[in-house]
Amino acid sequence: MSEVAITRTEWLQVCKRSDLVANSGVCALVGGRQIALFFLPEQESQLYAIDNWDPVANAGVIGRGIVAEIDGELTVASPLYKQHYRLTDGQCLEEADIQLAAYPVAFEGDDVLIKFDQ
Amino acid sequence: MVKQKIVVIGNGMVGHHFLEQLANRSEREMFDVLVFCAEPRPAYDRVHLSEYFGGRTADDLAMGKVEQYREWGYDLRLNDAAVAIDREAKIVTSASGASEPYDHLVLATGSYPFVPPIPGHEHDKCFVYRTLEDLDKIQAAAKDGKIGVVVGGGLLGLEAANALKQLGLEAHVVEFAPGLMSVQLDEGGSNLLREKIEELGVTVHTSTATELIEEVDGGRLRMQFKGDKELVTDLIVFSAGIRPEDKLANSAGIALGERGGIVVDNQCRTSDKNIFAIGECALFDNRIFGLVAPGYTMARTAVSLLCGEAAEFNGADMSTKLKLLGVDVGSIGDAHGRTEGSAAITFVDEQTGVYKRMITDRDGKKLRGAVLVGDTGDYDTLLQYHLNDMDLPEHPEQLILPALDGAAPTLGAGALPDTATICSCHNVSKGDIVGAVQGGCCSLGDVKDATKASTGCGGCSALLKNVVDTELAALGVEVNNDLCPHFPYTRQEIFHMVQVEEIKTFDELLHKHGSGKGCEICKPTAASIFASLWNEHIHKKPHVGLQDTNDTFMANMQKNGTYSVVPRIAGGEITPEKLIVLGQVAKKYDLYTKITGGQRIDLFGARLEELPEIWRELTDAGFETGHAYGKSLRTVKSCVGSTWCRFGVQDSVGMALTVENRYKGLRSPHKIKMAVSGCTRECAEAQSKDIGVIATENGWNLYVCGNGGMRPRHADLFATDLDDVTLIKYIDRILMFYVRTADKLQRTSVWLENLEGGLDYLREVVIEDKLGICEELERQMGNVVGTYQCEWKTAINDPEMLKRFRQFVNTDVKDEKIVFVEERKQRRPATQEEIVKIAEPA
Repeated sequence: MSEVAITRTEWLQVCKRSDLVANSGVCALVGGRQIALFFLPEQESQLYAIDNWDPVANAGVIGRGIVAEIDGELTVASPLYKQHYRLTDGQCLEEADIQLAAYPVAFEGDDVLIKFDQ
Repeated sequence: MVKQKIVVIGNGMVGHHFLEQLANRSEREMFDVLVFCAEPRPAYDRVHLSEYFGGRTADDLAMGKVEQYREWGYDLRLNDAAVAIDREAKIVTSASGASEPYDHLVLATGSYPFVPPIPGHEHDKCFVYRTLEDLDKIQAAAKDGKIGVVVGGGLLGLEAANALKQLGLEAHVVEFAPGLMSVQLDEGGSNLLREKIEELGVTVHTSTATELIEEVDGGRLRMQFKGDKELVTDLIVFSAGIRPEDKLANSAGIALGERGGIVVDNQCRTSDKNIFAIGECALFDNRIFGLVAPGYTMARTAVSLLCGEAAEFNGADMSTKLKLLGVDVGSIGDAHGRTEGSAAITFVDEQTGVYKRMITDRDGKKLRGAVLVGDTGDYDTLLQYHLNDMDLPEHPEQLILPALDGAAPTLGAGALPDTATICSCHNVSKGDIVGAVQGGCCSLGDVKDATKASTGCGGCSALLKNVVDTELAALGVEVNNDLCPHFPYTRQEIFHMVQVEEIKTFDELLHKHGSGKGCEICKPTAASIFASLWNEHIHKKPHVGLQDTNDTFMANMQKNGTYSVVPRIAGGEITPEKLIVLGQVAKKYDLYTKITGGQRIDLFGARLEELPEIWRELTDAGFETGHAYGKSLRTVKSCVGSTWCRFGVQDSVGMALTVENRYKGLRSPHKIKMAVSGCTRECAEAQSKDIGVIATENGWNLYVCGNGGMRPRHADLFATDLDDVTLIKYIDRILMFYVRTADKLQRTSVWLENLEGGLDYLREVVIEDKLGICEELERQMGNVVGTYQCEWKTAINDPEMLKRFRQFVNTDVKDEKIVFVEERKQRRPATQEEIVKIAEPA
């Protein structure tokens, strides 16, 4: 007996531009997953999406962290134990073997879209 | 193992030091220790005795505590003087009749005040100045008096004059010799000291010999001086020198010096090798050492020898630096230039009242002595040249001349030998400090912790910093005080830029003075500075994103991502109605409820999206935010004070409310805690707070820079008997000065320890307005107080701010990952194991 997994990748509308908070993060629930969205209007790439789950603290808090530039890279600092996660790919700067999932994210008009595997 | 028994006779500062040193050694276990103390209380700080009249209590001055001795396992016999020593049987007998055998006996009997045999000296209004009991008697006699005379113009005599002055008496000093402090000072220094002291209202009579004391009308005393002069006074304090307390030793047949004092060798052993003598009772090389530091050295020598180590006491340097009646005085080595072939360099500034004199050898190569009056800033440097016999620089006069380019030439710490003593209170050498730095101490605070250096009188703080910085630099550790990689400035420098250039936003600050995009260090620091200066709401548009989560959501995040809520309960005072509201809110939202250490109530387990609803209910009932999440004023703890308590002398709750309502909302480099106690029993524990206020009969005593937590620090007494207005004024200035000058995340305790000049400097800035900034500090504080707003009240009425308090921006469902279990009838976060169990199907 074998099961065939079918993976569909598609862009999903998540929220409106006005739901975001400039220079900070918010959290959205997409397909049962908590995703942290960061909106940095001054940066070349304005939107970032990574998992909201903090695997060190075991709590969904990443979207409530402060955005910090470390050695030229944009990160978010976990509010609980202060590890830095790179916004582009979710890599933890302090622990090489910890990486959060990161998702392509973009504006379409006033909508915020995420590319998500289901 | 059969333990040996040590009996210590006398529990003054030196006796205490002996016991403290022994307690810290592993060899302590080899001994049973018994202490006879004639006084009713264990050792206290006699060096600062005059502060007893300046608001410090017997407890403040205490060095040894009964509990501490018990912990150390010592058998302390208070109020029981040793009266006889049987050296053959090796037994000490006490006044109460106890007979105690010993293997080793330590005599630390100290000294007694010398009272010249002037007819009438035994009158009951004649006192000596030695113990707390003496001070109590003087205080009682001063109550109805106007004038007090001190006989003796030496170091202790001037201390006693200070005490009389603090008691509100018109103080006179009568000295037989032609000058004051004639042992330590030369003529020039002595004359200037006299001028300064007379300016302070103390009358000085030198070259004056008292011939007779007699009672005149109304119980006053008339002093008849040689040459027909006289003075009528209410009381007389004799402070004409000390004599070694050697009677017990004498009656036991132990050898004494010709003019008294228990003769000791360089191991501090008396003529009986089982008996040590240490401190002011001991005579070494025909000298009595009447300062505390040599006494401590003797104590350490005896401890080392008892523990089987080699040690020697070879005399001590009697150089001294102190403040007498507020006048700085320093004396080093041969102050009088009595050594043959001496040359002197003198600097006198009559305008500011400074006298400095260096005594060198004929070639000006070595420093033999020095006298400093009015400014002792050069003392540490000169002392190092003297003690270490270092070659003086080419132009030695530069060591005492005012520096024209503004920067005083300081001794290069690198030039000091490793044996140089940096801290004489704790006998810490340069080598000890270098060792601590090499062993991993990277800051001044670490070195202080590790070596105890500069934790005594604090006089060596500048020199210590110099040594630590030099050593860190030598190790290649860059002493970097930059705020973070984005700002190559200290917090203080950034504060200054923001203030002067009126910078209002982080982007502007980053653009003008920083680089990159900012981080979790510079963003909250900048936000805190903006708040201290301009006091805008922390959620106002340009400031969003500058705060870490607690300030952002104005609540304290707990381990599972929920928050705790702490409304302000100023002074710990709350009406039953408000208490019921807290209970109702906690019940409605099922919040775990706990009383905090700061007399407030903490409500745990609120979900992000519940915070605005909770706060709407709380603000409707009249609650304000408690700022438990901010680097800002937390609580002002208080006891009920004179309103209810039979011991209270002031309304401590009222003052706590005034203080808390004044400083609530002040953003600062770190959190600030305060307390107000209604009497000296100190039930509010004010001495462990950043700002502590303790009621006195006459007003308030202000304590500063205390700290609980990981590294507790006892607060320092800053000023005494303040009225309400002056108290608030001083707190305003201290807090604003701290806000302006502290480093990032620096508590007031560490700030003060790193402040060059320490407590004295802080007093100069705040009380004497040395920097001329007090008016500005008060204005700034006035601005913060005047623009206060409850952040929560503003937030719940602003839909834009409330947008942030949504768990998910795209749905109203709750975060299912947050799981609670019940314990002791309340909720708490489930542990990971519990969550796994709950998820498993039964």
